[in-house]
Amino acid sequence: MNMLKTFSKGGVHPSENKISANRSIEILPLPQKVSIPVSQHIGAPATILVAKGDKVKVGQIIAQSAGFVSANIHSSVSGTVESIDAVLDSSGYKRQTITITVEGDEWESSIDRTTDLKKDIQLTSQDIIKRINEAGIVGLGGATFPSHVKLSVPSGKKADVLIINGVECEPYLTSDHRLMLEKGHELMVGIQILMKALNVSKALIGIENNKPDAINYLKIIAGEYKGIEVHALKVKYPQGGEKQLIKALVNREVPSGGLPIDIGTVVHNVGTAFAVYEAVQKNKPLFERVVTVTGKILPRTANYMVRIGTSVSDLIAAAGGLPEDTGKVVNGGPMMGKALVNTDVPVTKGTSGIIVFQSKESKRKTESVCIRCAKCVSICPMGLEPYLLNKLGQQMIFDRMEQENVLDCMECGSCSFECPAHLPLLDYIRLGKAEVSKIIRSRKN
Amino acid sequence: MSSVLLLSILMLSLLGIVLAIILYLVAQKFKVFEDPRIDQVEAILPGANCGGCGFPGCRGFADAFVKTDDITRMFCPVGGNDTMAAAAAIMGKTVEAKETQVAVIRCAGSPENRKRIVQYDGATSCKIATSLYGGDTGCQFGCLGLGDCVAVCKFDAIYIDPTTLLPVVDEEKCTSCGACVKACPKFIIELRKKGPKGKRIFVSCINKDKGGIARKACQVACIGCGKCVKTCPHDAITMENNLAYIDFNKCKLCRKCVEECPTGAIREANFPPRKPKIEAEVQTEKTE
Repeated sequence: MNMLKTFSKGGVHPSENKISANRSIEILPLPQKVSIPVSQHIGAPATILVAKGDKVKVGQIIAQSAGFVSANIHSSVSGTVESIDAVLDSSGYKRQTITITVEGDEWESSIDRTTDLKKDIQLTSQDIIKRINEAGIVGLGGATFPSHVKLSVPSGKKADVLIINGVECEPYLTSDHRLMLEKGHELMVGIQILMKALNVSKALIGIENNKPDAINYLKIIAGEYKGIEVHALKVKYPQGGEKQLIKALVNREVPSGGLPIDIGTVVHNVGTAFAVYEAVQKNKPLFERVVTVTGKILPRTANYMVRIGTSVSDLIAAAGGLPEDTGKVVNGGPMMGKALVNTDVPVTKGTSGIIVFQSKESKRKTESVCIRCAKCVSICPMGLEPYLLNKLGQQMIFDRMEQENVLDCMECGSCSFECPAHLPLLDYIRLGKAEVSKIIRSRKN
Repeated sequence: MSSVLLLSILMLSLLGIVLAIILYLVAQKFKVFEDPRIDQVEAILPGANCGGCGFPGCRGFADAFVKTDDITRMFCPVGGNDTMAAAAAIMGKTVEAKETQVAVIRCAGSPENRKRIVQYDGATSCKIATSLYGGDTGCQFGCLGLGDCVAVCKFDAIYIDPTTLLPVVDEEKCTSCGACVKACPKFIIELRKKGPKGKRIFVSCINKDKGGIARKACQVACIGCGKCVKTCPHDAITMENNLAYIDFNKCKLCRKCVEECPTGAIREANFPPRKPKIEAEVQTEKTE
């Protein structure tokens, strides 16, 4: 048996629990109202363009990108703007949100609503990036970094390979998996568009080996498209981390503090590639996405095509309602996702899944003391020393944390997952990251 | 045999003397003059090295105290007025007495007043909890009760009450060094004038939400109704962002606002029990 590709340092293997893997994407019925936050991406919050009482159509721009690293926001429904107010978001803080009452389903006339595949790409590289910017596309893998920024390669640097992330290494989540199976051709065209935008001739799709159906299907159809290769990767978390994926596919290492473009690569998620297809070929801005709703105790699990701004409680209701024994509702994957403070929060561009956990599953285990087993050191995919960073974080020795490269941590949570003493390692590392970034910022000023 | 012994003793003594002379000369050459008053001032200071004065420890404060001309803005909150007077005397100066301050907790959201809606089981640190979410109650401004303030207090003057789950300041021990004020990620703790006989009045809430939302989250929240602002005869209360604030320099401790506040967000400390109110209650009981 030939060895599957993977990254070299660290990694863990949590139980996969891909319960919803064979449930095809369903379109969620329109909700009664949607709340669309103006900050769904990394960077500056978008500037609101509508006022209370305005009528909006599906796909109409309602908030404009406020700077280079920012993204446009479009209405996901047609109806009346009910209010523009600070509303609780998924972390319990208030964010500026546009609430729209749904009336009918009237789309902007410029959007092509047909489902036929449009293969030929007419736009030039510049126009593609402009269209992606206008459509408000951000990284749909969860990091929500505006996509046009990644595509605008700074002068002096050049990309030679595009990497498409179809790994979906988080347990439970299956939205990318379903998308690859059901929208394979659209995805391929999306990748060709991205290749044209970047002016590269090679694209590699990396998929974890626990999705053999997706790998086989994409391998078959990849023959029709020039320059696209599909690679099966070993099942190891966090294989879907940008740096880990680059290491696995092209065996290059992103320097500490650097970006993938420094070594000639650009990474995009399969969801983003699909959104790019829709934006460029169908003129459809990003206002809906696939969200997995899953959990061992849910009566039925599903993959929904959801309009942005639909409340999480609507999603859970569609999946059979919240069971009584619910301990935690997590936004995102179980490794990196965040527990929700309440379920009346909207689905945003970065929501890849909603997982419902039983109270027994969700409890943290009692902390004990560090026994210096160094498991965290051996599994850290970035080669850091989590036990040390944890101690430094507790004692607030932030300058030393900076020397220990705390900013390289990508918060994958492998250390906390593996720690036999159940220490909250990542909690203190995150604290350190925040404080160190603050120190660096103040140094610059 | 004895000559060898004698010689080695002689050699060693000679060597010692020569090295001592060299050391003496080097010490003279590289001597740093230090004002002896720095040592004197440092001896007076409490030696807590808490950093409450804004300098790195007591030595740092003493050094700055001796070297700067204008000492009016320097103050050791731990030592207080006596220490400052003694330190100024060394310098041949006088300082104005400052009113002593005390840390005040501006949140009264005990579980009784403020229902817990989520359960947090992460690391025991307010700073970390704040970075993750707004808080385990409906109020995103209130105390998290994880005790960052307790951990930083060098004087053992603050503890978490097991029933209210809120920090309590021991007024006798509090030196108003301000470490807890800096440690609180929610900015709940404030240094206020201790007041005559420790009497103070303050708004024990920092919720900036509109009235309805604030009240729903916490029974004793300031709802921004503005009654206290109208009642105050000394113009000591201001209203900003749905939140009342009492200026302790203007407050004359008349307690009219405390009576007026519909939610009980305004707290009084160290006042004798109110006589007229008790009588009024007795009267109403009688009439019933």
